[in-house]
Amino acid sequence: MKKGLIGRKLGMTHVYRENGSVVPVTVIELGPCPVLATRTQAKDGYSALQLGFGRRKAKNVNRAILGNLKAAGVEQTPPGVICEIRLSEDPSEKVGEVIGAGIFAENEYVDVVGQTKGKGFQGVVKRYNYSGGRASHGGAWTRRTGSIGCCTAPGKIAKGKRMPGQMGNVRCTVQNLQVVEVRADDNLLFVKGAVPGATGGVVIVRNAVKK
Amino acid sequence: MNVIEKIRRENLKTDLPALNIGDTVQVDVKIVEGDKERIQAFTGTIIAKNGSGVSESVTLRRVISGQGVERVLPLHSPRIVGFKVVREGRVRRAKLYYLRGQVGKAARVKAKRIV
Repeated sequence: MKKGLIGRKLGMTHVYRENGSVVPVTVIELGPCPVLATRTQAKDGYSALQLGFGRRKAKNVNRAILGNLKAAGVEQTPPGVICEIRLSEDPSEKVGEVIGAGIFAENEYVDVVGQTKGKGFQGVVKRYNYSGGRASHGGAWTRRTGSIGCCTAPGKIAKGKRMPGQMGNVRCTVQNLQVVEVRADDNLLFVKGAVPGATGGVVIVRNAVKK
Repeated sequence: MNVIEKIRRENLKTDLPALNIGDTVQVDVKIVEGDKERIQAFTGTIIAKNGSGVSESVTLRRVISGQGVERVLPLHSPRIVGFKVVREGRVRRAKLYYLRGQVGKAARVKAKRIV
């Protein structure tokens, strides 16, 4: 059974296990997420849940979305983020139901999707870990790209050639993070290790596809 | 108080004595061997403190039969059962790494004079 929720990264800390080992954890505020719509095989050709998370001002909701929110009865408290979570089978949740971090259990493995921190336009040394040229002994080729291809044959640059450009601020998934603790009452999820993005960033937590 | 700060505080010990650089302390460390548990005491001089809050740790140094032994211990770990200050030291710097290169009398930290 596939499942997923929208949340917010609250930051990192560490916790101690009973045997004294230190576990680095990222705390995610996961939910409460109202179900805004359901997608079923019969009706839409695929199974999914449309979930909301967070808040936005009522004046910032356009009418198309407002109609959607009315069906779920949350037009007074419009969610800031709305997104669909694909499921393997038709959802059992009803529109208007609210789900929280309790759907995940301890020691489960999850994938976390987030928007990475933007680093701006970066050179190849920072972006692709190129070595650069030598800094001394007359080197005039420090931090430069180097050769980017051949001459007449093939006469063009290989597609996907790694060159300077925008680094970060892209969607990124970290797979197979272990759930260390779930606090369903506070909608908090502790996952082992780091997740993409800055503190306060929106993340999507799904159960791991590779476990 | 934000949520992260609250979670950090849950893991904090409240019964720690004041530990200063140069103090000689005795630490009781819980050791798990197979399914048996025992407590091992380690006495040493605090030569460094690192981190803050839940991640605070101290480095203890002691010379055992001519061999320098150092242990880095996270203060708030549940494996560390007790801390006892045996002797307060008088030092003038925050990291006593110079002790590593010294032998005999020079490798000692002077006791704090109680006025």
